[in-house]
Amino acid sequence: MVPTAAGGCEPPQPGALVLGADDVRRAVTRVAHEIVERNRGTEHLVLVGLQRGGVWLTEALGAALERIGGVAVPTGSIDVSLYRDDIALRPVTVGAATHLPVDLSGAVVVLVDDVLFTGRTVRAALDALNDYGRPRAVQLAVMVDRGHRELPIRADYVGKNLPTSRDEDVVATPAGVELHRRSGGGA
Amino acid sequence: MRHLRSLDDLGPGGVVRLLGLTDHMVDIGRRAMPKVPALRGRTVAMCFFEDSTRTRLSFDTAAKRLSADTMTFSVSNSSLNKGESLRDTIETLESMGVDAFVVRHRSSGVPWQIARWTSAAVVNAGDGWHQHPTQALLDAYTLWTSLGRAPLEDGRPLAGVRVAIVGDIKHSRVARSDVDAFTQLGAEVVLVAPPTLLPPSLEAWPVTATDRLDDVLDTVDVLYLLRMQRERLGESLLPGLREYTSRFALTPERAARLRPEVRVMHPGPMNRGVEIGVDPARLAHSLILDQVTNGVAVRMAVLFDLLAQGGDTSTTVSALGDRHD
Repeated sequence: MVPTAAGGCEPPQPGALVLGADDVRRAVTRVAHEIVERNRGTEHLVLVGLQRGGVWLTEALGAALERIGGVAVPTGSIDVSLYRDDIALRPVTVGAATHLPVDLSGAVVVLVDDVLFTGRTVRAALDALNDYGRPRAVQLAVMVDRGHRELPIRADYVGKNLPTSRDEDVVATPAGVELHRRSGGGA
Repeated sequence: MRHLRSLDDLGPGGVVRLLGLTDHMVDIGRRAMPKVPALRGRTVAMCFFEDSTRTRLSFDTAAKRLSADTMTFSVSNSSLNKGESLRDTIETLESMGVDAFVVRHRSSGVPWQIARWTSAAVVNAGDGWHQHPTQALLDAYTLWTSLGRAPLEDGRPLAGVRVAIVGDIKHSRVARSDVDAFTQLGAEVVLVAPPTLLPPSLEAWPVTATDRLDDVLDTVDVLYLLRMQRERLGESLLPGLREYTSRFALTPERAARLRPEVRVMHPGPMNRGVEIGVDPARLAHSLILDQVTNGVAVRMAVLFDLLAQGGDTSTTVSALGDRHD
């Protein structure tokens, strides 16, 4: 096993709680500090959560950035279901709307999602962002990077690197990160 | 959903599902860049065997906003004039690679017939006096948003709303589809028409009927005026347009009686001076232009629902598992 950035050399047991609520909170604070450090502050930053899994993390990171920087960072959300390349293969999530509070042109957008897996959602999000404006830069923050990328996409900020197998599911919420063995192919 | 020939094709809860999906499409229409790649590579054929510029343009715009390719077939310049049968026409178009046919025809039932000949999806854009499901969906969406967007979860977001549909019910595919949509969503519908312009049997319809507009005018929340087709005059169903106007039209006198919150709707194109005798722009709550605007978004939702969710169900299951990607 290759040691990973956020610690943990052993693949955890399926069904296991990988991170608890306190660990998630600490990871959010650390990622927020990394964002501030890398961007030398929070000016021009816009946090954009991917519907739906990225929304809670966007709110948590927004609150943490405000604590660190003293000013609120604009946050929004984006639904990429109409931009996916596997559109015929999955149902569309209805009710998860795109909401972008500010013009993205010239902004530094931090895309936020709960779990980074194949990278296809992020690719779709990059296309979608393009239709809303031209950000100066786009960065990616995720709570869990579980590997198995199918596209040349990587995260700038990672809460936890988690080695997984393809037949496992990762569930990341404010209450913790869990790894589940997938039962029978369903979601 | 494989086809949309009538609202029955949507299945239980389908109208509500499409209202939700239409919200997404409305958002796209409001953007500076009102186009998404969702249906790239799909082809939608507009087959209008009966003229309708506005419905055709609405479907065409909807398909293009989803990045589908479109082709248009209209009777005036088609081989139907050279004796080609409807079936040959459909098969010819299908062999060019069509994923959906949008069909309007003067005869009832044609979309069902076409669905038997093709493996593509069929959308009914109006067949005879029978059905016009996308009009009903856009009317339902327009009304739902105008009345404050009641929650969709219980499936009856129009509960407690009283709608009068006024005019030539008998020959109206809009009325048939609207009754389905409005009542499915919980609204109460009263049909207002001279007895000669009501369908022969109303028993199966979940509605009441009257021939006195003035009796219901004060009790309704929505006044839906149908287009009065002048050609009906030749069929001895009406004594005259003036008689019709005096009893069934929204005249300035009736407009003055309407409570300001009453919504006025019309499927277009309007016969000014016949079913509507006032300038709709001067009404407190005309939804007529909203109906046109929402038409594009509703048709995007329908085309997306038909063409984006297709494919092999076995791959659907495995792709569903990959939700964290």
